[in-house]
Amino acid sequence: MSRINDVGGMQGFAAIEEEADEPPFHSDWEAHVFAINRALMGRGVYNLDEFRDAVEQMAPQHYLDSSYYEKWLHAISTLLVRKGVVSAEEISAGQVSHD
Amino acid sequence: MSGEHHGTDATLAAQVRHVEALLEERGLVDPAELDRALEAFLARASPANGSRVVARAWLDAGFRARLLADGNTALVELGLSMGGGLQEQRLKVVENTADAHNVIVCTLCSCYPIALLGPSPTWYKSEAYRSRVVREPRAVLAEFGFDLDPAVAITVWDASAETRYLVLPRRPAGTHGLDERSLAALVTRNGLIGVAAV
Repeated sequence: MSRINDVGGMQGFAAIEEEADEPPFHSDWEAHVFAINRALMGRGVYNLDEFRDAVEQMAPQHYLDSSYYEKWLHAISTLLVRKGVVSAEEISAGQVSHD
Repeated sequence: MSGEHHGTDATLAAQVRHVEALLEERGLVDPAELDRALEAFLARASPANGSRVVARAWLDAGFRARLLADGNTALVELGLSMGGGLQEQRLKVVENTADAHNVIVCTLCSCYPIALLGPSPTWYKSEAYRSRVVREPRAVLAEFGFDLDPAVAITVWDASAETRYLVLPRRPAGTHGLDERSLAALVTRNGLIGVAAV
């Protein structure tokens, strides 16, 4: 069974938008998500396969509506709860709104 | 940015600070260390690495043969690696010729030779590129302003968590006598992905 991330060959997506002189990160929070993820994998809290799996488990609509590092934030949060590092309530205490 | 944002930038920034604070409380991250690690990573992982590999391959036939046979081992000769500080991935270098062109993608997510090219551009990670380049590569190349000769065959390489690809572009005509640094300056990130000639 394929999941929503398995888009190879799928039709209907728009033209490719290339951004001139694109920076590595568009916002500070994206750089932090990137750095936090590396730190957590480096410490063995989870591994790369678990991380990818957590991204790929996202509900299709949520996956398609999320920017790249938003998907990462979602996966990190999912894994932190799954690994018992933090509780779901603690994570959601920071969420102002979702949708 | 794509304008497809689920959360707003400010909301997401606040949530990231919140998660980071929780992790700091548990002693899992240190903000100063995060900044240092990020800075060091960005200084190390840049398309300049990939360009240097290509320039060396153009100048040194022995290196080129070793690079195509076993990318990871050849990288060591230039003081480079695919590790980027985490688990090392296999590198497969694919060579463009007069009648064969190569393009890389990760249809499932965003696998990319980050140690050699730096963080990937947003378009590489977009559903549009990932879905379309395997179905209509020639049309996708044309959108990048690259009109490949119809007689040239295209191979699209789909990267995985374990194996990453890098395109070895053809050396442009009229570049005899240029040294490694000058040749490296001709190589672009898009050429190393395969959506540009060089």
